[in-house]
Amino acid sequence: MTRLRHLLSVRDLDRDAAVGILDLAEDMADVATRAVPKLPTLRGRTVANLFFEDSTRTRLSFEAAAKRLGADVITVSAKGSSVSKGESLKDTTQTIAAMGIDAVVLRHSASGAARVLADSGWIDAAVINAGDGTHEHPTQGLLDAYTMRKAVHGGASRGSDLEGLRVTIVGDILHSRVARSNVWLLQTLGARVHLVGPETLLPQGVEGWPVTRGTDLDAALDDKPDVVMMLRVQSERMLAAYFPNEREYARQWGLDDVRLARLAPDTMVMHPGPMNRGLEISSAAADSTRSLVLDQVTNGVSIRMAVLYLVLAGSGAGGDA
Amino acid sequence: MAARTVLQQADISRALTRISHEILESDHGPDRGSTRGSDPAPDLGPDLVILGIPTRGVLLAQRIGAILDELAPGAAQVGALDVTMYRDDLAKQPTRTPSPTSVPPGGIDSKTVVLVDDVLYSGRTVRAALDALNDLGRPRVVRLATLIDRGHRELPIRADFVGKNLPTSHSQRIYVKLLETDGQDLVAIFDEEDHG
Repeated sequence: MTRLRHLLSVRDLDRDAAVGILDLAEDMADVATRAVPKLPTLRGRTVANLFFEDSTRTRLSFEAAAKRLGADVITVSAKGSSVSKGESLKDTTQTIAAMGIDAVVLRHSASGAARVLADSGWIDAAVINAGDGTHEHPTQGLLDAYTMRKAVHGGASRGSDLEGLRVTIVGDILHSRVARSNVWLLQTLGARVHLVGPETLLPQGVEGWPVTRGTDLDAALDDKPDVVMMLRVQSERMLAAYFPNEREYARQWGLDDVRLARLAPDTMVMHPGPMNRGLEISSAAADSTRSLVLDQVTNGVSIRMAVLYLVLAGSGAGGDA
Repeated sequence: MAARTVLQQADISRALTRISHEILESDHGPDRGSTRGSDPAPDLGPDLVILGIPTRGVLLAQRIGAILDELAPGAAQVGALDVTMYRDDLAKQPTRTPSPTSVPPGGIDSKTVVLVDDVLYSGRTVRAALDALNDLGRPRVVRLATLIDRGHRELPIRADFVGKNLPTSHSQRIYVKLLETDGQDLVAIFDEEDHG
């Protein structure tokens, strides 16, 4: 396998590299089933979780992944650190780098922050993008692809991509880095993506994306997609009004009980979390047998173990001996 | 070609048959008569677990398993044990791709585990395998089978079952080719300068 220097965007991954990460995650998932679910692989390495934005599952998931591989973890959150005193990204990362770290897992509200950190030369450590503004969230895209592949191929997933899978992504595309990472990665893996949401929440430039799009959720569900991925309505990023009110949104673009009942029995329902129950997804849909929401969380740890392994395990030269 | 053939198909198959016999002879099974109290020992499945170390060790383990199946049907189960994540040279080598580990359903607890590799050299792969086993359970006995023992151990490790002892120098390379991956069964030795 080729070592990864950083993981900044799924667009840096070709099909073979992406499938390789998913396959590696299969091996990592097997570890969780053992008597001792821990590997000594990254013993002596230190991973810094640097979170300038709030996060529960991504931060914990990276922490669990690093610990299962034997690495040490330092976690810095914006709240409760000198970031809230106005310290810059450069100074904060150079400060923790001076304490000796091998990788930075960065979440930041500015799109492109991870790229800046990787290209700046401020630190030597590998940079893993854990969400940058409305740009990308590569490990979420990978864990979503892994979850879909597992649901389609089960135990025989290794080596396969998502050729022909039809994925409908619904809701707040405009603010969603999850949607962007999914669109590009799913395209790389051969799936077909359809976007649905209010016109106001489709980003400018969406014409150039490898997707079809619409505004009518019921029409999209009539096409019997294999996957329906609901996105969180990101109220914290909405400085203007993008839709009249929440009831209106839920009725037009929410996966409610009536729409849930219309889905085929094997349609996968996904959501990156945290969910706004009753807004973009009903409780019945979130808890239904079609829902893969908790599988996504479980698989997230395996994917992040695979990424940490690829970034940290090898020496500078790439490729198998 | 400067390669010298050491073992041909018939030699490899003879070596594996002999190793299989030796494995059976050395395995006396757990002392199931001496369990404390009057409870009969639970059925733990076959006592022998043959675990191959990827890549070619797995194929050799499967062949040994097939021979054992003829000699003593049901006596052994076969699996694969990947040691990539336990290697001590990960940081010094290019990124390695792990292979799947598959342990038979009965697990390895209280079993006789026979590790199988194609070439025994420094012993570091086997050290990693012992660490990996430790995370999977606690076998009663662990033994080591190898098709070729080429010497130059760097750790206090030796094989219990050896197909062929092959004295080598560090500059030589051993190539094990197997039908399943390489289209033929062959063990050859190369001098580095000829090969390079």
